[in-house]
Amino acid sequence: MQGFRAALAAAVGASAMLGAGVANADDKPIYGGEFTFVVPANAPPSFDAHRETTYAVIHPVRPFYSTLLRVNPENPGDPSDFVCDLCVGDVPEGTNDGKTYTFKLHEGVKFHDGAPLTSADIKASFDRIIFPPEGVSSARKSFYQMVDSIDTPDPATVVFNLKFASSAFIPALAAPYNFIYSKAKLDVDQHWYEKNILGSGPFIFKEYQPGAFMTGDKNPDYYLKGLPYLDKITAIFANKESVQVQALRGNRASAQFRGFPPKVRDDLVAALGDKVTVQETDWNCVLLATPNHDRPPFNDVRVRRALTLAVDRWGGSEYLSKIAIVKTVGGLVYPKHSLAATKDELEALDGYRPDLEASRAKARELLKEAGVDLSKTYIYNNRGVDQPYKVVGVWLIDQWRQIGLNFEQKVQPTGPFYATLRESRDFDVSADFNCQSIVNPPIDTSKYLSSDVNPANYSGIVDRKMDALYEAMLLEADPAKQRMKMREYEKYVLHDEVTQLITLWWYRTTVHRSHFKGWKVSPSHYLGQALDTVWLDPSVDK
Amino acid sequence: MTATSTTADAAPNEKSILQRLGRTARRQPLGVISGAMIVAMVFIAVFAPIIAPIDPLQINFADQLVGPTSTYLLGTDELGRDILSRLIYGSRTALLIGFVSAFVGAGIGLVLGVTSAYLGGLFDLLFQRVMDVFMAFPLIIMALAIVSVFGAGTGNVIIAITIPFIPKCARVVRSSALALRELPYIDAARASGFSHARIILVHMVPNVMAPFLIMVTSFVGQAILLEASLSYLGLGVQEPTAAWGLMLRGGAEQFFESAPWVAIFPGLAITLAVFAFNLFGDSLRDALDPKLRSI
Repeated sequence: MQGFRAALAAAVGASAMLGAGVANADDKPIYGGEFTFVVPANAPPSFDAHRETTYAVIHPVRPFYSTLLRVNPENPGDPSDFVCDLCVGDVPEGTNDGKTYTFKLHEGVKFHDGAPLTSADIKASFDRIIFPPEGVSSARKSFYQMVDSIDTPDPATVVFNLKFASSAFIPALAAPYNFIYSKAKLDVDQHWYEKNILGSGPFIFKEYQPGAFMTGDKNPDYYLKGLPYLDKITAIFANKESVQVQALRGNRASAQFRGFPPKVRDDLVAALGDKVTVQETDWNCVLLATPNHDRPPFNDVRVRRALTLAVDRWGGSEYLSKIAIVKTVGGLVYPKHSLAATKDELEALDGYRPDLEASRAKARELLKEAGVDLSKTYIYNNRGVDQPYKVVGVWLIDQWRQIGLNFEQKVQPTGPFYATLRESRDFDVSADFNCQSIVNPPIDTSKYLSSDVNPANYSGIVDRKMDALYEAMLLEADPAKQRMKMREYEKYVLHDEVTQLITLWWYRTTVHRSHFKGWKVSPSHYLGQALDTVWLDPSVDK
Repeated sequence: MTATSTTADAAPNEKSILQRLGRTARRQPLGVISGAMIVAMVFIAVFAPIIAPIDPLQINFADQLVGPTSTYLLGTDELGRDILSRLIYGSRTALLIGFVSAFVGAGIGLVLGVTSAYLGGLFDLLFQRVMDVFMAFPLIIMALAIVSVFGAGTGNVIIAITIPFIPKCARVVRSSALALRELPYIDAARASGFSHARIILVHMVPNVMAPFLIMVTSFVGQAILLEASLSYLGLGVQEPTAAWGLMLRGGAEQFFESAPWVAIFPGLAITLAVFAFNLFGDSLRDALDPKLRSI
C-alpha cells in the first residue's frame, strides 16, 4: 500500500511538473470542438460581475465578455504579467509622475448585438465600478481609491487620471470582474446586466438553464484574430463534488477550474492515468477566523491573542493539506509575493511561533487573566461548504479546545452565513475568507481595514491606527520600504491587536482531461477563464 | 372489546399483558433480540464517557485514516478521530433525537387524535383536513423544509422530525378513539359531569395506548434514520458533534475506497438501530394487537 501510494504521489508530481495537458512549444492549437466544463456551484447569483465576488459568475460568464487588461494567459502564475485585452500594444506606463494612464483601443470591436464598442463603453463600465451610482453595488470599489476621473478624448482612447501614483492601479484594472458593458444598455437600466448577458468576448451567449447549464458559441468577429479556437462552450452547474468527479471520470466534462482536494486528485490520477493532467499552485485565497469585536469576551485583545496562540498552523499545514485544499502558512500577504513575510518573520508573531506548548500555556494564562467563562460554549459561524470551510472549522474548534475554549459550529448555507456576518451578527467567531483574483497585496490587504472603512471586514473593529498603517503602506512607492510598512501593518493586525486570525492559505489543485490544452493554472480560480486561448486535442484520448 | 376505565378492571388486564408479552418473547425471539439491542444501545449511550476508549472529539493527525487495530478497534477517520468512540457518543445523539422526537410527536398526536375523535363534527372535519395537508408531504421533505426555515442544529432537527410525526400518530389514534367515543362508559363519564379534558385524558387516552406504543417504537427508528439523513445532507447536527449520519458524509465519501471503515461502521450502526426499533415495534404490535394475537 505504501509503495502504491508512493508511486501514485510520484505520478501526480510528475504529471504536475510536466503538465502533460498544458501547452508547450510542440503543441499546435487545433480549431473546433465543444468544450464542456463543470462549475462547482448551483447557479450564479446574478450575471453582473461588477457586483459579484464568486467564481460561479466568472467561470460560466467571463467567456462572453472583454476586459481592458488581463493577466497574460500564457503566464498566469506571474502576478505582474499583464497584457492588453481591449487595449492595443503593451500595457501603458504611467505618465505625469505615474498619475495618468492612456489606453488605445482595438478598432472595429463590436458587442454581440452588432453595436460598436468604444471608449464611452469603457468609461461607463469603469465609472460603474469605481463611482457606482446610488442603488448599484460595486464589490471592488475600494480597489480604486487612487482613481480621480476617466476621460475619453476620442472613441478609441481612454485616459485614467489618478489622485496619486500607485503600483496597485494596473493590477486592479486587470481584475477579471471588470466586464465591459454597453453604455447604451446601462443608460437605460443600470441593473440590466444582472439578468442579461451582452458582451464582446470570444464567445456569444446562447442558452442558460438555471441549475443545469449555460452554453455559448464562437464569436466569429472576435477582435483578437485567430481566436478563439473552440466552436462551442458548455458550463455544467454541479455543486456536489462527487458529480464533478464523475463528470470528469466519465469524460462528460473536460475540466473543473476551482480545484479538488488531494484525495480526489489521487483517485482521478489512479483511475485515468495520463488521460488527466494535474496542475497545482499556491492560491491567492486565505481562510480567516474573525472574532466578533462587539461581543464579550472577544472584544478583549487578550482573548483574541489566546485564540491565535492556540492554533498550530505549522502542524495543520502538514496534515490538513492531505485532506483539504489548504496548505501554506502565511501572514496577510499571498505567500509567494515579494511583500509576503518570510518564515522567520512569521515565527516572530504570536500564533506562528515554533514552540506550540509554550504558546498554548500563554494562551491559557491570558484566558485566566481575562476571566473568560470556560464552561460556556461559544458559536463558531461557518459556511456550509465542506472544502475547506467545514474541515478547517472542525480543526480550529479542536485547537481552541486545547486551551479550554469550547465552540460549537453553526453551519449555514452561503446566504444566511453572510446575513449573520452582515446583519444579525450573532456569532462569537466566524469563518471568513479573503480570496482575490489578481495578486495585488496592497489592495488585497484592504480586507483588514476597520469595518466602517471596509464593510467586508466583519469583525466590527474600528481602529484608526491600523487604518493609518495600511494607508502608509499603500502610498509607499519604494518596494523595500513598502515591504517594511506591510510588516508593521501585518504585525498590528495579527499580533498586537489580533483583529482577525489567518488560518492557512489555500492550495489549488486542478485536474482536467489531458485533451484540454492551452490552459495554465494561476494563483486564483478567477483568472484564465476567457477560454479564447484553449483548445481540444481529441488524439490524446485515442 | 371491554372498556378498561375502572381500577378493578385494570389489574387483571395489566397482568395479562405481561403474560402475553412473556409468551410473545418465547414465540418471537427476534423481538427479544431487538429489545436487548435497544437496551444495550441505551446502556452505551448513558455510559458513553466510561465506555468510549478515546475522547470522540480528539483530533490526532498522526493517526489519520488508520484501519482497525488494537488501539483503534474500528479505525480512525480523516482527522485521526477514533471511530468507535464517535459511534458510542453518536448513539447519544441518535437516541436523544429519536426518543424526544418520537415521544413528543406521538404524544401530541395522541392528544390531538383523541380530541378530534371525541369532539367530532366540524372540528374533526377541519382538523383532519389540516392533518391531510401535513401528511401530503413525505417525511423527509417536510423535515427538510422545517430545517431550511429554522436552520440546522440538534434542537431544530428535533422540531423538524417531531412535526411530521404528529399527524401520522393523530390519524391512527383517532381511528381507535372513534370506537371508544361510542362506548357506554364515555356516556357515563359525560353524564357524571366530567370535563372534556378529563374524559379525553383520563378515560380515552389510556385506552388507545396499544397503537400509541407501537407507533412510538416505529417512530424512534424512523427518527434515527431521519436524523442520519438530515445530518448526511448537512442539515442536521454539526461537526464536531459525534453523530452517525454526520460520520457518513465528508471524509466517508471522499475516502470510502481507500478507508472503507470510515463509512461502513456508521452505516452499520444506523442499520442496526433502525432494524432493532422496527423489529421491536413489530413484536410489540404482535403482542398487543388482539387480531394478531388470536392467530
